[in-house]
Amino acid sequence: MSVANIIVDGKPYSIEGAESKNLLEACLSLGLDLPYFCWHPAMHSVGACRQCGVKLYKDEADARGRIAMACMTPVVNGLRASIEDPEARAFRAGIIEWLMVNHPHDCPICDEGGECHLQDMTVMTGHVRRRYRFEKRTHRSQDLGPFVAHEMNRCIQCYRCVRFYRDYAGGKDLDVQGWHDSVFFGRTEDGALESQFSGNLCEVCPTGVFTDKVQASRPTRKWDLRTSPSVCPHCAVGCSTLPGERYGELRRVRPRYNADVNGCFLCDRGRFGQAFADSGDRLRHCLVKEAGGQVPAPREAAIAAARAALSKPGAIGIGSPRASLETNFALRSLVGADRFFVAISDGELALHRLMRDVLRAAGRRVASPREAELSDAVLVLGEDVWNGAPILALRLRQASRNAPNETAMREKRIPAWDDAALREAVQDRPGPFFVASPGPGPLDECAEASYRAAPDDIARLGYAVAAFIDPTCPAPEGMGEEREALARRIASALMRAKRPLVVSGSGLASAALVGAAAAVLSALVAAGQDARICLVFPEANSLGAAMLAAGGLESAARLLAGAPEPAALVVAEADLSRAAVRGDGPSLMALAVATIVLDHSPSATSREADLVLPAATLLEGSGTFLSFEGRAQRFIALRPCEFPVQDGWRTLDELAAPGREPRSLDGILAAIASELPELAAIVDAAPPSTFRMLGKKIPRGARRESGRTSMHANLDPRDPDPRLDPDSGLAYSMEGAIAAPPSLLSRYWAPGWNSDQSLHKFQSEVGGALRPSAAGEGAEIGARIFGGETGRAALRELAFGGAGAGAPGIPAAFARRGDALLVLPRRFAFGSEELSAKSPALATRIPEPRLFICPPDAARLGLTEGASAEIRFEGADSVPQVLRVAISDLPEGVAELPWGLPALPGAPLASWAAVRPSKEAAR
Amino acid sequence: MLSRDEKERIEAEAGRYPSRRAALSEALMIAQEARGWLGDEALADAARELGISSASAESVATFYELVYRLPVGEHVIQICDSVSCWIRDGESILDHLRERLGVELGGTTADGLFTLVPAGCLGLCEAAPAAMIDGEAYGGLTTEKLDAILDGIRGRKRGDAAQR
Amino acid sequence: MATPLSARMPAGGGAASFAGYRAAGGYLGLARARELGAPAVQEAVKASGLRGRGGAGFPTAMKWAAVPPPDGGERYLVVNADEKEPGTMKDRYLMEGDPHQLIEGLAIAATAIGAGTAFIYLRREYTRCALELEKAVGEARVAGLLEGLRLHLHLGAGRYLCGEETGLLNAIEGKRAVPRNKPPFPQVSGLWGRPTVVNNVETLCNLPHIMREGPEWFKALSASSDGGTKIYGASGWVASPGLWELPLGVSAGEVLERAGGMHPGRALRAFLPGGASTDFLPASKLDVKMDFDSVAAAGSRLGTGTMVVLDDRTCPVGMVLSLERFFARESCGWCTPCREGLPWVRRSLEALESGEGEMGDIEILEHHARSLVPGRTFCALAPGAMEPLASALKLFREDFEDHVARKGCRYK
Repeated sequence: MSVANIIVDGKPYSIEGAESKNLLEACLSLGLDLPYFCWHPAMHSVGACRQCGVKLYKDEADARGRIAMACMTPVVNGLRASIEDPEARAFRAGIIEWLMVNHPHDCPICDEGGECHLQDMTVMTGHVRRRYRFEKRTHRSQDLGPFVAHEMNRCIQCYRCVRFYRDYAGGKDLDVQGWHDSVFFGRTEDGALESQFSGNLCEVCPTGVFTDKVQASRPTRKWDLRTSPSVCPHCAVGCSTLPGERYGELRRVRPRYNADVNGCFLCDRGRFGQAFADSGDRLRHCLVKEAGGQVPAPREAAIAAARAALSKPGAIGIGSPRASLETNFALRSLVGADRFFVAISDGELALHRLMRDVLRAAGRRVASPREAELSDAVLVLGEDVWNGAPILALRLRQASRNAPNETAMREKRIPAWDDAALREAVQDRPGPFFVASPGPGPLDECAEASYRAAPDDIARLGYAVAAFIDPTCPAPEGMGEEREALARRIASALMRAKRPLVVSGSGLASAALVGAAAAVLSALVAAGQDARICLVFPEANSLGAAMLAAGGLESAARLLAGAPEPAALVVAEADLSRAAVRGDGPSLMALAVATIVLDHSPSATSREADLVLPAATLLEGSGTFLSFEGRAQRFIALRPCEFPVQDGWRTLDELAAPGREPRSLDGILAAIASELPELAAIVDAAPPSTFRMLGKKIPRGARRESGRTSMHANLDPRDPDPRLDPDSGLAYSMEGAIAAPPSLLSRYWAPGWNSDQSLHKFQSEVGGALRPSAAGEGAEIGARIFGGETGRAALRELAFGGAGAGAPGIPAAFARRGDALLVLPRRFAFGSEELSAKSPALATRIPEPRLFICPPDAARLGLTEGASAEIRFEGADSVPQVLRVAISDLPEGVAELPWGLPALPGAPLASWAAVRPSKEAAR
Repeated sequence: MLSRDEKERIEAEAGRYPSRRAALSEALMIAQEARGWLGDEALADAARELGISSASAESVATFYELVYRLPVGEHVIQICDSVSCWIRDGESILDHLRERLGVELGGTTADGLFTLVPAGCLGLCEAAPAAMIDGEAYGGLTTEKLDAILDGIRGRKRGDAAQR
Repeated sequence: MATPLSARMPAGGGAASFAGYRAAGGYLGLARARELGAPAVQEAVKASGLRGRGGAGFPTAMKWAAVPPPDGGERYLVVNADEKEPGTMKDRYLMEGDPHQLIEGLAIAATAIGAGTAFIYLRREYTRCALELEKAVGEARVAGLLEGLRLHLHLGAGRYLCGEETGLLNAIEGKRAVPRNKPPFPQVSGLWGRPTVVNNVETLCNLPHIMREGPEWFKALSASSDGGTKIYGASGWVASPGLWELPLGVSAGEVLERAGGMHPGRALRAFLPGGASTDFLPASKLDVKMDFDSVAAAGSRLGTGTMVVLDDRTCPVGMVLSLERFFARESCGWCTPCREGLPWVRRSLEALESGEGEMGDIEILEHHARSLVPGRTFCALAPGAMEPLASALKLFREDFEDHVARKGCRYK
């Protein structure tokens, strides 16, 4: 790490790590204001916009200097520059003048207004007077789908959109067209942007060309929004989000910067999928089942009825992988640890427990998404990361360039920030990146090699790789020359790397895959490599629920069925019909004497319940999720609950009383930490409710929030008292502290920096971690529960069989079973996840369900593209499904069925099925 | 939509480079040749042959001025409007063309025979004013010469004069 | 007077034949180069003082020397035959008249830098050049002269910036011809990230003669410190516009003489010495030696060496407008000052020329002439566009102001 001593406007500065910095980054990190457009903290420099011009001087004697772009200037010892030089200032103002030649006077009607980077930079340069007197060029804008609006007249041609969408995120349908002053950024024709990262264009675009179309239906200025630090509930990555509300309505969800998880990006599911919280059909009242159906009931009566039902002994609780740790734990406390289950099958829970055990053993080698992006060799075993954990996939996409980039940087002396030069030198040549999966996916284009196979064969490849790395590992037999060669190739790539990574997960419902990943990790560790592992879970709190539950749905059913007396069933935030259960006997609800459901949105389960108690969503309640890497992160309520809606965990505690005092959030967290010491760190995920900055709470509202006193004047002219928040250090107010520690920070603003680009003022260094607060809170958001030295022996046992439950060992090679097909679940970014599928905008992007089969199997079964097929799973009571066929590149004997789509009933995960042409039309 | 011959030519071009994308501008011109202009389908086909996305091909197609993404007439007249031709009364040649053909720059005659586009320096500066018609160079233009050339071209098909 | 570049061109037009080229000593230079090996070839060219003929005048051997030592990977030699600088037609003349000369030259350059593949990037509008070059390449290949060198003709699709070195590389790669930032230089990271040298047609045409006759002979050809001959040209209202090979460093006046002086009834007012992107020199500077350093000292650039002449009956504002219309149209749209500034310049000139101009428009022109300079723009297109404008504002200020005062053009 070199240090360079430079002089800017006569002042000396010492820049650490200078060899990887450009002058613009150095100045911004020093807190010096310098305008820019095309530079981006994640995408670095290209030098197109010319906005960041500064004066550079040869030496002390040079009084004239020359103008150069700071973003393309390496930081070297002895550099002399000036930002304030009058010529440089005039030049930068001139750039704005040129951009304003064609920029329309849209500010009053433009959604970007008030948080617009172009506005900020214009004011910063001081350009105010228009001299251009001719016509402006205009464009015809496009309809780009339900998420992102397009207004090309506002474009300042910074090229950021196409660099992000096409180069960074791999999107294929957005590019630059035309030339000279009529360049156009868009698709070849109107249509929804295909990339699931399209929403990031709203931040990446420094003006209002790309804006949030969902937000636009209720336009709100940034200063009028109340915000809170939240966590995305739509997958297990645990991206930090920044929801904003006004008038109690969710207006938008933006990324919240988290250096270790999502950086400054979000996927479209996270950004546009939270409309369920404002849905008209939300459960907002207590409901009681009567002869004619469910009817609203006063809360007191409902609670009394619930207590009555629970007074009978033997009540069972079903928690949920989408409910918070607190809610799951409160239910567990209510019914007792041995009577608390989670709403997934026993098989799936066993797999999650195996993954938990592997992560425990891996300790400090569990990779955060940031660490995953730093890997220089990656092996993906089976998991569809692109659809299951999108932001992790986006990080892996960047990681695939690390090794070739490092070579180009060294051999051609290209600085790390010279984005265009690196991409040219590397040319799409992927680094050591290997994807093994049944079907093709977007990560294949980053891969040096892809391997298409059934899960067991993928696992065997993984075990073979482990054996090549560490010959003391058992090796699978009969792999064949080709697969052995591939395994050897992967093994050497992982061994040559400095930071190898293995990725797998529960997506294919295969314990063997997880075992194989553990085997590869243990082999790499034995060989002395600085290796890491990622295991992807399906839902926001899958890992947390797995750590609390005594079993899955089959175990719960067995307990209920075997009970001496019929007992009550309490379900917290789960739709039991979604679980992949092989029904052996009457359903859970039929076995219970009464079913009490707590949830925020209606489901098949809530509609059958005897009693419904409305629960808060993550936007009205605070709680904790445990992400796939074991990071406990606190989401804090955006808005107060509207009675009778209440946090699920509060209601569950209430049901336990009398006998126990209702606990505060801090109280529940302390109880979890005490009862499950492994989870002790969750208390540190965010400061407690007593946290104050200089004696003040952190306001959710901005100082400039307008209309607070008149907003509800039609209902009550009196100035309302602010609602109290007993759970966190935030307040429902405009008043309070002006700073916040990273875990509580939900507003980026600095003088002159109204847009999200002000983020760099909150970072220790541009592109780096957030500044720790003055109160000493750490820079990291959330707290990780896995750490410490890797237990190699434990890993080996988990990989190769032994005492541990669920330890798989090397599976046999995949073998066909006659004409039957092994039907694997296939997750779609839009549609597979329960809550986001309810969002009206997102629902339009859910694909039509198809059964994916390969050409040889299709021919064998007499099926063609688009034909109707009947799928009958093994199991006596299985109801056949009818779907249209899509031909796909899959291994023979393997098919894929979309998982979790609203149009499809629950299906078993990874089961054999008989498939044949159907006379029925598909639904 | 592309003929087998067109696909083979594209493939032959692609084989000359370490990256198939390098054949893109030639592929677009091949796809344009027979039809005179490059329609959406032809562009998509050319892109598919090389394994790149339509958006990416469009990005390149709309950058280069010899790729016509709108229909053109049977014959394209590229009239040089750069400095040497301009000095030698190029504007009066242009005015004559506009009047005789009844079109503005970028326009196509009603009978679909001629499209008139401006061209940057054609490298015929010693014979200014100059134009190219169907890929053939014509220098030392006067209004009389131009009339004779256009009369001669009428009745000829697009491919006849094309040299490659 | 030795005219090696044009000596074999048939008097009546057309291309020198393969047989004729060989009979006149063709491909002996290449044989010599292969015999001597790359370092010696580079030495010879360095000693000859050959400077690039594409417009920048960068010493050719110095460009080659920046290629790193071999690493087992491919290296490329690219011929920049995308001549589109307004007023320039010398490369067309060379390719149409003696295509084998270029082929031999590029093969020598490929030898000098260890390139196994060469591309000729030819603008598609040069249809006759394409025919002659394809024919010549075929002849050379069949005769076994291109052993060890893969040579392809790559036709452009119409864009001035394909003539810019790094824009050209992007064009070959099948991308938009947007320039690249330097460093890294093409010699380090060029085509597909590999070491690449881009040389102009005329530059390469000198190599067979340097290798065959030696650097001293080459130096003695010229009338100045830089060696060799130059294809000079003249267009505009001269009596006989055309191209002539003369010793490098003859005066502008001598070139004008070759053109037969001014067209009857017209007097010389000023001239662009080397194509569109050069500063006007007034008639009083006709004695300037047309070599790189002398023209630079006189306040302009040699550029391509093909003059465009302004006579006293042609409006300078109109002439500058025709130049800026070209540059504005050819901007690639990557960087702000060029993309937004050149159309503004064009519109201001259009207003002046049509009689709707204001004094403020002249101020805007001056602002751009000062602001669109190297370092502030991404490449040299806009700075080149400003050279004729800046010099016109100095030399013909009263013409600009007259357009405002009389609300029209007195030359019409």
